[in-house]
Amino acid sequence: MPEMIRDGEIVSNEWQRLDADSIAENGVPESGKVIVPLAVWQAKKEALKARGDIGVCLDPGEEPEALADDVSALPLVAINFPAFKDGRGYSYARELRTRFGFTGELRAVGDVLRDQLFYLWRVGFNAFEVRDDRDIQEALSGLKDYTVTYQGDVHDPRPIYRRA
Amino acid sequence: MYVYQDHDQTLLEERVAQFRDQTRRYLAGSLSEDEFLALRLQNGLYIQRYAPMLRIAVPYGLLASKQLRTLAHVARTWDKGYAHVSTRQNIQLNWPAVEDVPDILAELAAVQMHAIQTSGNCIRNVTTDEFAGVNPDEIEDPRPWCEIIRQWSTFNPEFAYLPRKFKIAVNAVPDADPALIGVHDIGVQVIRDGNGDTAFQVWAGGGLGRTPMTGQVIGECVAWPDLLAYLEAILRVYNKYGNRDNKYKARIKILVKALGAEKFRELTEREFAELQGGPMTLTDAEVTRMRGYFTDLDYQPAGDGSALRQALDSDKAFSRWFHTNTRAHKHDGYRAVVLSLKKTGRAPGDISDEELEAVADLADRYSFGELRNTHQQNMVLADVRDEDLFALWQALDGLGFATPNFKLMTDMIACPGGDFCALANAKSLPIAEAIQRRFDDMDFLHDLGELDINISGCMNACGHHHIGHIGILGVDKKGREYYQITVGGRGDKVSKVGSKIGPSFEADEVPDVIAKLLDVYLESRLENEAFINTVERVGVEPFKERVYA
Ligand code: SF4
Repeated sequence: MPEMIRDGEIVSNEWQRLDADSIAENGVPESGKVIVPLAVWQAKKEALKARGDIGVCLDPGEEPEALADDVSALPLVAINFPAFKDGRGYSYARELRTRFGFTGELRAVGDVLRDQLFYLWRVGFNAFEVRDDRDIQEALSGLKDYTVTYQGDVHDPRPIYRRA
Repeated sequence: MYVYQDHDQTLLEERVAQFRDQTRRYLAGSLSEDEFLALRLQNGLYIQRYAPMLRIAVPYGLLASKQLRTLAHVARTWDKGYAHVSTRQNIQLNWPAVEDVPDILAELAAVQMHAIQTSGNCIRNVTTDEFAGVNPDEIEDPRPWCEIIRQWSTFNPEFAYLPRKFKIAVNAVPDADPALIGVHDIGVQVIRDGNGDTAFQVWAGGGLGRTPMTGQVIGECVAWPDLLAYLEAILRVYNKYGNRDNKYKARIKILVKALGAEKFRELTEREFAELQGGPMTLTDAEVTRMRGYFTDLDYQPAGDGSALRQALDSDKAFSRWFHTNTRAHKHDGYRAVVLSLKKTGRAPGDISDEELEAVADLADRYSFGELRNTHQQNMVLADVRDEDLFALWQALDGLGFATPNFKLMTDMIACPGGDFCALANAKSLPIAEAIQRRFDDMDFLHDLGELDINISGCMNACGHHHIGHIGILGVDKKGREYYQITVGGRGDKVSKVGSKIGPSFEADEVPDVIAKLLDVYLESRLENEAFINTVERVGVEPFKERVYA
């Protein structure tokens, strides 16, 4: 099983992420942990919701609001970064955690690289599928780039002037 | 000025370590060109036409003398011995080597300087009036708010990968716009609310560049505790909905225009409703702390002014400089002094290592050890006693910084242009110099009065050509350098974009074109009427006619 980072540790990735085409062809597997695109989730929500081993992946342009009623039923939400420079996912993550109170696994997928990990973690991601051509051990150290932050974040909402 | 605490210093040192590691991985080939590009830009490092360029942040333009000395040392050790003041009050080095940048940053960090977010698609250095804190017209010192915004924006995790760059300016002067908030992505106007408390009118969607426009008021009256929550709300709307497909349509101005101010406000208010009153709310203690950093200068009571009066009466050159290059101060007995970096033959805004050191000495001697960079690419010693003005003038004259041309025609803004910048269509520095040489008679320049000529080497408008009373833009015509002229822009009160007068010109024609524009002005002006006011009264047409006759 491929490796990934979850809660600051390297673990094996037991989730399978499927795209719309492969689901159109083969359907959603009967069992096993599966991450499906938002459109699939919306189409088959009633059937999938009961399973408890289905996660949803949001692409840029698909706002978390679409999951507003589902957050408590979802064990995992993935946010896709087709290119690391597209920063919409940062706001989506923050919204999921603070506006919609999502407490499950929030996973960054796609062009996920060491140098963005610290920021991704601060806005609420706790899991990272680091791009597979990169050294995951090295990527892990990206979570420790800074000990000082000025703003509040998902882990501690207090900005520095309210912490003392 | 703001005094770094231990945690601020730690943050800078962590940044140096991070960037050192990124540079190492890039040079070792484990970071791709494109990945490193985004990282180095967020650290102000461009790869330019001939060499890299490193843009060093000068928060709201304010520098301490020890920082000037370090800049001198850095320019001497790792560059060609000079630095450049940019139109966003930063300092640029034009010749550092990529592999030296981590060492340069370490040297800068030792004096609380850095290059964080001076480029890239993130929130850039916050700017303000270069006379902030001493300007008699301001309703309060805007710099504590600038520092509050600086800290909020520094490594803000949510807004590091915006659709495009993002610039914020703060202005606290009621009837003028010295910080150019009208042409910033966000402009913050300090106001008083109904109870006399500090509040903010927040503008969004202004900008120069390819599609110049002035911003719109989004927040009419934001209470001071809510400032950061309101800014965060705007940024979140922009981060989610700004255009990411076409970089020429990616600035917030395009989004505000497309949605309309009404709709943009509605989206902002929705985000704001969730943030207001939350943990981002500013506290009295924090604002008091920040204000404390900007009010501790030890001003002396005014003298009787006789020495100054005498010098003014007896020395015509000093008197001319005094009236042109010094400004009124909040405190009796003090003046703010503009150091002109626009002597003919000097590239606008350039300053050598030795000059940086000399200026640092003058700041220590005459102005509480502080100095400001201005967006017009000059420098300011903001707190000079009347009694010291004559001696300071003599010292500045010796250094070539006493050209009495502040706000006059030869006090031009020019971007580095084709001599340095990889994006340029045309050179800008030789145009500036040709104009300075053609119009070098001080009596003539003083008779002309205030006139802004702004030159950019391309559409990116780093030289703010749109808001020059006369704007000059380098364009490419079949591989040759041409210059397009605009008239009637202004960046002094409410910013306004100038109008093109017609087809563009070759470089050697430009001084003649300027001469014709000036002729029309001199023939048409009313008594004491400035160039820009004449243009607004008679319109652009007579200028066009003369130039293309
Ligand atoms: S205006 Fe163009 S040429 Fe001038 S510095 Fe900016 S990008 Fe370079």
